[in-house]
Amino acid sequence: MTPSETAVRGFVGRALERVEDDTLLRGQGWFIGDLDPLPSTGHAAVVRSPLAHARILSVETADALAAPGVIGVVTGADVARLSHPFPSALGDAAPSFHACAVETARYVGEPICVVVATDRYLAEDAAELVRVEYEPLAVASDTATAPVVHDRSFRYGDPEAAFAAADLVVRASFRQPRSSATPIECYGVIASWEAATGSVTAWANFQGPFTLHGVAAAALGIHGSKLRLCTPAESGGSYGIKSGVYVPIVLMAVCSRALGIPVRFIEDRVEHMLASQHATERLSEVEAAFSHDGRLLGLRLDLLDDVGAYVRAPEPATLYRMHACITGAYDVQDVAVRSRVAVTNRCPTGLNRGFGGPQLYGALERTMAIAARRLELDPAELARRNLVRVEQMPYRAAAGAVYDSGDYERCLDAVLELAGYAELRAAQAPARAEGRLLGVGLACIVEPSVSNMGYISLAQTPAERAAGLPKSGNSEGVSIAIGPHGGVTVRFTSTPQGQGHRTVAAQIVADALGIDPADVDARTEADTAANPWTVSSGNYSSRFGAVVASAIHIAATQLADRLRALAAPILEAEPAEIELRDGAAHAGGSSVSLRRLVGAAHWNAAGVGGEGLALTCTYTVPIAAADPDDRINGSACYGFIADVAAVEVDPETGVVRVTSYATVHDAGRILNPLIAEGQVLGGLAHGIGAALLEEHRYDADGNLETASFVDYMPPTATELPPVRSLQIESPSPVTPLGAKGLGEGNTMSAPAAIANAVADALGVDQLELPLTHERVWRALRR
Amino acid sequence: MRRIVVTINGRERAATVEDRLLLSDFLRGPMGLRGTHVGCEHGSCGACTIRLDGAAVRSCLLLAAQADGCSVQTVEGLAEPEAELTTLQRAFKRHHGLQCGFCTPGILMSAAELLESGERPTRREVEELLSGHLCRCTGYAGIVSAIMEAVDEPR
Repeated sequence: MTPSETAVRGFVGRALERVEDDTLLRGQGWFIGDLDPLPSTGHAAVVRSPLAHARILSVETADALAAPGVIGVVTGADVARLSHPFPSALGDAAPSFHACAVETARYVGEPICVVVATDRYLAEDAAELVRVEYEPLAVASDTATAPVVHDRSFRYGDPEAAFAAADLVVRASFRQPRSSATPIECYGVIASWEAATGSVTAWANFQGPFTLHGVAAAALGIHGSKLRLCTPAESGGSYGIKSGVYVPIVLMAVCSRALGIPVRFIEDRVEHMLASQHATERLSEVEAAFSHDGRLLGLRLDLLDDVGAYVRAPEPATLYRMHACITGAYDVQDVAVRSRVAVTNRCPTGLNRGFGGPQLYGALERTMAIAARRLELDPAELARRNLVRVEQMPYRAAAGAVYDSGDYERCLDAVLELAGYAELRAAQAPARAEGRLLGVGLACIVEPSVSNMGYISLAQTPAERAAGLPKSGNSEGVSIAIGPHGGVTVRFTSTPQGQGHRTVAAQIVADALGIDPADVDARTEADTAANPWTVSSGNYSSRFGAVVASAIHIAATQLADRLRALAAPILEAEPAEIELRDGAAHAGGSSVSLRRLVGAAHWNAAGVGGEGLALTCTYTVPIAAADPDDRINGSACYGFIADVAAVEVDPETGVVRVTSYATVHDAGRILNPLIAEGQVLGGLAHGIGAALLEEHRYDADGNLETASFVDYMPPTATELPPVRSLQIESPSPVTPLGAKGLGEGNTMSAPAAIANAVADALGVDQLELPLTHERVWRALRR
Repeated sequence: MRRIVVTINGRERAATVEDRLLLSDFLRGPMGLRGTHVGCEHGSCGACTIRLDGAAVRSCLLLAAQADGCSVQTVEGLAEPEAELTTLQRAFKRHHGLQCGFCTPGILMSAAELLESGERPTRREVEELLSGHLCRCTGYAGIVSAIMEAVDEPR
């Protein structure tokens, strides 16, 4: 590509290879397990509860303390003395909890005490010498009968009238199983308590949201500014789950305080499975009212989430993240929702890719497929009759989401074509005649991105909200600077774990300044004491493409304006007439190199330096607080996804093979198609795993049966189907670059699409995820 | 404790190690080779895969003592630090075969063994090879494409 083409087309929107890759391919990344920032750091091994619910009668540490290399043992009593219970959105409704069990353990794997030694081997040796006496208590192991600690009802439009007018009401029950995203790198923390200042410095592979930084500081009993939180340059995957590392951050900070040395904790795989954080199990009851011609008239949803032993921040967010768009991609305004939270003796829940989306669409999209069967309509036709139409954009959904842009019907048409839908349908009858079971499943979903900081306030009644302070928006801070020799550094707190933020940031900055992306260094290591950040910072709710990219664009544009101001007297032109391209400022046939402008600004600062060439700015997406009618625009942007899954089910064994998968996204403007495609395929792999393989199973005593990669099976390369994907770009009017998020959608859609395909193959309505061969074999014989 | 001598990435290294020290911890710790990543410590995820006398093996299932007298190659031994990436590494970059990069070194070592074998696997066979590795970022398609391309390129 020549420079002039670059100037016309820019770098944004191009499939640039990633700047992150060379380091990682050489094994030269710095992950949390590679950092050793402070001398004399102790290594922690955590003693964990073997029982799901038990009173802790005694913790005997003498043998452990006498073991070789042991520096100290920190017990629940120490943790209760040196920290506070974590604040919870539901207050006293659920059991309060510290970073470690104090008097009662409430799930298998809950920390009981921490042994700190000079190396990890010795710490683990000594951990085995700790003697804990327990009195077992009754275990809540069934979500349906577990204590309910939160119960809110919502009503939009006139659902009673809609159901009274219905020709058909479809009723169905669903269970979305527990799962977790299982990044290959587990949690890691290095924490140092500084007694003289009463402050903590912690390094951790935290991923945000930085609301949880405040939660951790509150548990430590220190002001937020006293908790300096740093993340390494690299993080070995997260997909939401490393938001929960704030809990071991607190635990290790307490250990450091108790023992007077920095403490390191690198979680192992079993610990990660047992005690990091799961996705909620959800039980859903859905009623959908239809007219005879397939118009969706009204919806009733009764949702019950199992959040595990504690309501740990940001729960009960799984229930409310999708609330604003709870009607999915369909134009229906008469809706009733009941949202409840149960506590069980299981691992606490929190962010996992799709957060709330698989739970919603696993019920809603299955309901649409069941309705299509009852109405004797093709599912694609039923969807078409109900999708929000392009001329309705921006569309205000019943519960308050404002769908900003999107051509849903065009995406539907595109996916039907991409999948060869007509051919797939035509192949079913002949195959069945040969005893082969082919199924086709559709899912049409809305994918929210950039969470409104206020959505969780729906857990409060309007009166409770009115008594407090409003919450709204989502912001990111960006610092950008040009050094005296050229070269741009841009810093922001997006805490990526492989999404190529540095690459995309360089593309955006390069376009704004008319330079090569290679001349831009994006730094994404978080440091709350040095870098710009906000409570909404972090890498969740697919917020990079919409809010972080916007903030980078605005910061770079402001810096470009300063360069134009410097160039104006030299070029004898108005700043607005000056174009930045190819590393120079151009106007009226003359030009001056950026190198000269930048050099003058730094070295002749008193003469022509102007405002300097470093600035920090914060960009906020304008999304308002909840209204008194419980409506909120829960996210800044809403993408759309239409998926078609084709499956073949072996009638003898119940094995489900996904034979092809097609997905079409409308996620606004695509900033880097290579990275976008990677996010689509990666999110889809999580969705397919959840559909076919992944479930965290507990027995009646609350023991996790899936605590290793032998028992909990993420998909390998052999289980994933050939995928065809396509992006249709309806730019978002909300964001300056027109981009939305897109990393979670297929995690939300694929379980539903595949379940619909298997139900279609079997000719049944009732199916439970994941679709293991045993479950499907049993369904075949019902 | 015992004295071992291991040739690591072409260089002979001597060390005194505890009998129970895992090979993965030996490489990451005293040998300073942080590119070998540990994801499960029970031989399931494949992130810690290295080559021991040419064979791709999981370093979390071996003791450092078992590598005594052997030749070990880690991801740091694929391309010289200041040199160009190898054909395989370049293909991973081109096909977006990595995101977070944590599982990548192990996959590269298994793929390097395959490339050296001179075999011409099908896409399906590459998928089978990869079934010993977990990647949670990519959905594997880019990894398979990268390996297929590297197999096809002259070395």
